[in-house]
Amino acid sequence: MAKRIEVSGLHAYYGGVHAIDDISMTIEPRSVTAFIGPSGCGKSTFLRTLNRMHEVIPGARVEGKVMLDDEDLYATGVDPVAVRRSVGMVFQRPNPFPTMSIYDNVAAGLKLNGVRRKGQLDEIVEGSLRGANLWNEVKDRLGKPGAGLSGGQQQRLCIARAIAVQPQVLLMDEPCSALDPISTLAIEDLIAKLKDQYTIVIVTHNMQQAARVSDRTAFFNIAGTGKPGKLIEIDDTSKIFTNPEQKATEDYITGRFG
Amino acid sequence: MTSQSGIEAHVGTPARPIGGAVSTGRAGDRIFAAAARGSGILVLAIMAAIAVFLIWKAIPALQKNEANFLTSEDWNPNAVPPRFGIAQLAFGTLMSSLLALLMATPVAIGIALFIAFYSPRRLASGLGYVVDLLAAVPSIVYGLWGLLVLVPHMEGASKLLNTTFGWIPVFGGDNPGKSSIFTAGVVLAIMILPIISSISREVFLQVPRAHVEAALALGATRWEMIRMSVLPYGRSGMVGASMLGLGRAMGETIAVALVLTYVPGINWHLLENGGSTFAANIAKNFGEAGEIGRGALIASGLVLFVITLVVNMAARAVVARRKEFV
Repeated sequence: MAKRIEVSGLHAYYGGVHAIDDISMTIEPRSVTAFIGPSGCGKSTFLRTLNRMHEVIPGARVEGKVMLDDEDLYATGVDPVAVRRSVGMVFQRPNPFPTMSIYDNVAAGLKLNGVRRKGQLDEIVEGSLRGANLWNEVKDRLGKPGAGLSGGQQQRLCIARAIAVQPQVLLMDEPCSALDPISTLAIEDLIAKLKDQYTIVIVTHNMQQAARVSDRTAFFNIAGTGKPGKLIEIDDTSKIFTNPEQKATEDYITGRFG
Repeated sequence: MTSQSGIEAHVGTPARPIGGAVSTGRAGDRIFAAAARGSGILVLAIMAAIAVFLIWKAIPALQKNEANFLTSEDWNPNAVPPRFGIAQLAFGTLMSSLLALLMATPVAIGIALFIAFYSPRRLASGLGYVVDLLAAVPSIVYGLWGLLVLVPHMEGASKLLNTTFGWIPVFGGDNPGKSSIFTAGVVLAIMILPIISSISREVFLQVPRAHVEAALALGATRWEMIRMSVLPYGRSGMVGASMLGLGRAMGETIAVALVLTYVPGINWHLLENGGSTFAANIAKNFGEAGEIGRGALIASGLVLFVITLVVNMAARAVVARRKEFV
């Protein structure tokens, strides 16, 4: 299921603003890749180019190439809707559909894919909730609104919703930044479990988190206000945090700026 | 549920007016409090005075009425003895308004969705402005347009509906005409379109980005996103908007009065000429009505007042319910 992502020469723009500049990298399947860097360095923007969510913002556009195994996500004729069905995403703030029950939240993506049979839906919903380590907490109240859960449970519900459609890749945009430490730990455990099946990319501001959960870490930086964000280096997480190639990376992870 | 506004923080404190405990009794405080209280009381007093006046004026006519005020279809308050009832007026008011609502709501919501989610941004603001402008057109203009432009063209449409959908009772009848309840419904539909459309649009534009992106990131197409995120969020707003439109349609006077041709009696064949509404009936008859005639019209106005009040309160209740799932 998991696929490799290869990005080459990628630029992203918001209207006339050049947000990220010439990024190339390879993201390995069945591993966790963390993006770290100061605010505004374009790591979230870059993440959103990987499932073509960047372009839903009016005026936003992308240049360059993103390959998912041998499929070019930005080739002409590729439907962004189809891309988003194979590259799932979890957002910074938990965003379950507020009017839907827990069950319907998880089933939402399946219904989009035309899964209608009750038995099959039940099975996948349970599997996804188990996969998101949420089943035991919600199995008795699947019909209750998803918005009634705690923040950490809502975020795991969103993860269950994302993995229910069995994506190739799971993108997480600061998934723990709105959560307390215990919920954060639950999500991190979940990430460790999910990487056996998925290619996971996580944006985080928390360097301990990057060190804990990721196999590879990419450091992004920005030269100054109004300048585009750049990829400084990407390497094994242990190397980034002990012996990075670039001075800027070392300064950032040792807390000298950012 | 977490609160973004922090309103829950007040739940534990006893209910009392804001600042109630910090009043110092200084002159400025007392004067301002009295002025504010007085304004509030004044509004209620005016409302009560209007109601009392209307009832007082209506009672003599109602006492002389020989027919049942609520169920009679006659409107002959100047006859001897006077016989009048609101059945036909209520029927015409409700039918023309409901027709207007049925025609206007889908179009209005379509316009709102187009402006909020489909049109290019530059077109969206211009189009929204034009739709809002429609609400500013005086109703006499709609009435004249209805009378001079729409009515002459309605004959063909009425006949077509009659032959195609004649098996539906309300579209049946032998003489589909131009000045029917249906025609009034079309004029009203155009008049209430902007209010439904602009309220729905405002609600749609408030749909949190997170909900929209949640659907898009799952691989929803634009329409699927609208169905998953926008319509559930906007449902009560749309219902409230439609009911406000219904309230406006029921109270509309001059446009309906110009379009309708009065034929006595309730006619379920809405394509046939005839029918009247509360407001149109008052506008047409008040000038030449006698003492009892005026009283009768005032009584019918009271009924309309109560109906619109109920509809508007229901609309507000529905709109207010929205906060449950923000």
